[in-house]
Amino acid sequence: MNLTMAKALNAGLRRALGADPKVLLAGEDIGKLGGVFRVTEGLQAEFGPDRVVDSPLAEAGIVGTAVGLAMRGYRPVVEIQFDGFVYPAFDQIVSQVSRIRFRSGGQFGVPLVVRIPFGGGIGAIEHHSESPEAYFAHTPGLKVVTCSNPLDAYWMIQQAIADDDPVIFFEPKRRYHEKGEVDTDADDAPMSLYQARVVKPGTDATLIAYGPMVRTCVEAAIAADKEGRNLEVVDLRSLSPLDDATILASVRRTGRAIVVHEAVGTLGMGAEIAARIQAECFFELQAPVLRVTGYDLPYPPSRTEDGYLPDLDRVLDAVDRSLAY
Amino acid sequence: MTEAADSIDFVQLLDQAGRRVEHQDFAYAGTDADIAARLRDMILARRIDSEATALQRKGELGLWPPMLGQEAAQIGSARASRMPDELIPSYREHGVAWCAGIDPIDLLSTFRGTSMACWPSRPKNFHLYSFVIGSQTLHAVGMAMGMQRDGLVGNEDPDANGAAVVYFGDGATSQGDVNEAFIFAASYAAPVVFFCQNNQYAISEPIALQSRIPLYRRAAGFGFPGVRVDGNDVLAVEAVTAWALDHARAGKGPVLVEAYTYRMGAHTTSDDPTKYRKAEEEAEWRAKDPIERVTTYLLNAGAIDQAWLDRVAVESEALAERLRAACVELPEPKLEDSWHQVYANTPDLLENQRTEYLAYQAAFEVN
Repeated sequence: MNLTMAKALNAGLRRALGADPKVLLAGEDIGKLGGVFRVTEGLQAEFGPDRVVDSPLAEAGIVGTAVGLAMRGYRPVVEIQFDGFVYPAFDQIVSQVSRIRFRSGGQFGVPLVVRIPFGGGIGAIEHHSESPEAYFAHTPGLKVVTCSNPLDAYWMIQQAIADDDPVIFFEPKRRYHEKGEVDTDADDAPMSLYQARVVKPGTDATLIAYGPMVRTCVEAAIAADKEGRNLEVVDLRSLSPLDDATILASVRRTGRAIVVHEAVGTLGMGAEIAARIQAECFFELQAPVLRVTGYDLPYPPSRTEDGYLPDLDRVLDAVDRSLAY
Repeated sequence: MTEAADSIDFVQLLDQAGRRVEHQDFAYAGTDADIAARLRDMILARRIDSEATALQRKGELGLWPPMLGQEAAQIGSARASRMPDELIPSYREHGVAWCAGIDPIDLLSTFRGTSMACWPSRPKNFHLYSFVIGSQTLHAVGMAMGMQRDGLVGNEDPDANGAAVVYFGDGATSQGDVNEAFIFAASYAAPVVFFCQNNQYAISEPIALQSRIPLYRRAAGFGFPGVRVDGNDVLAVEAVTAWALDHARAGKGPVLVEAYTYRMGAHTTSDDPTKYRKAEEEAEWRAKDPIERVTTYLLNAGAIDQAWLDRVAVESEALAERLRAACVELPEPKLEDSWHQVYANTPDLLENQRTEYLAYQAAFEVN
């Protein structure tokens, strides 16, 4: 089927709800309205209000009660309406969700999925274009993943739900309406949730991206092809844990790495990835690992976001700099 | 016995047919000329709102949260305040902004994405819009604590006193921040009027999901008075807010005012209310229009005539025309300005990043 990412997520959630009676969804406006991005459209009508729950307007409450449900054997999937609204739930996620397994001496964990539409590029007002993934990837006990296309969205959401540990699931909202082929009848996911994928093989440099920036990097690689530069693109998919093997193998082949993300550069995913690459591939590197990221600013007024967000030109500019070494 | 959250028992001074109503505790202190001034405010505020909605439809704004239907709640409460009161909005208080003397073009700029909140917030005592639901209620309590320390509370001369009025919606009352604000304000007897516009919906979610008792009754549990007012009755809103402000300014502590109203439009221009509410319900509330009843009352009282209404209509069209023209003329923002807006003293990292950004941009211009 040719599905948008939003529809693919919807199909994945539907399948998970159908497969396991312990799966339940909660969040603001997810029931009757089907979510502000319509990701949960039709699910309350199909599975009922006990399994697709409209929550009071309180993010800490949504996540905190999901912890209790998870302790009783449920597998809650909660939606935070926008990236910028996750912070009221930050304490629950960082101090509770991530640590229940540790605090219980390993007796039990919290099989919870927190879905967060994230990133910019949609002309939104304040607090609706954030990329907070590094805060969560910084927290031991949490897994952090993000999909870049409908097929991955369909499988990754089901895999996240099946995981016995908490998963923060970032959905690139600017890509919600992009379409792709999804075989919803297939039995098994094509790959592990925590594996990165080489989206486009190449020889001259590796572009490492995730979520909304994967498409940007693929477009940059296609443009570079025309200039005789053969770039490899790696879609991380999982930000915690990181698939070091795939990342390092790629960089060993190309000798050059550029990490691309929308989030602020300082202490972002790129910093961690660059550190791992330099520690493991020091003698294979032909150039320093470069980063193309959002600037160290709060997300700016939307009429300036095109200049703020990494785009094809900024990626290719970094490729030039890398290849100039 | 519990009282349903949507059972209606409120202070009303002007009914939906435009007749004055007596109330045992509250009376409207103003004249018919004052009421006419409120009517003018409401008409102009509605015109600002409808023009902004139209501009969004034309693609000139990224988003707009319409306040259609909430004019009486906003104008009545704002006109009950005066300097040095502080007005702390949520994100839909376009009518309050109007009363505070904020140029509506500054609101449009925020929603066009040409600026953050660029209005003269401090001089006008009208604060930033808050999009993280309920967060501003704690700030309001802090402001009120500052006013206590600045000697603006409980003075013998009531004109020397002030209080904070903080706006939030029914949905926000579920947030921890709002409940903490109630607790802090109560503990310190901070001069705050918690002005909750219960417009019946938090996007798609009806009030019953947020509260099983009328919201104003929550105040009792925190230890301060709560009053429910007909939020579509500008006279009642002004009278109740004036009382609440006097109470707070005198040092008697916070008050919760629940203005019972209705969001006649969508949550924002991105929302489609037909998915979660019925046309009959909307029609029922249209009959309670806050502007209609005041117009009827003033016409019947002979305080205004058709010529007066025509003049206000001309004024409101002129205002809309100005906004239409000014909106597309708003200067395009420059990303390079953002780096100097983050800290009082820009650290080297940011300064260098800005320099690199400018050099990168300049490379395009040469080509």
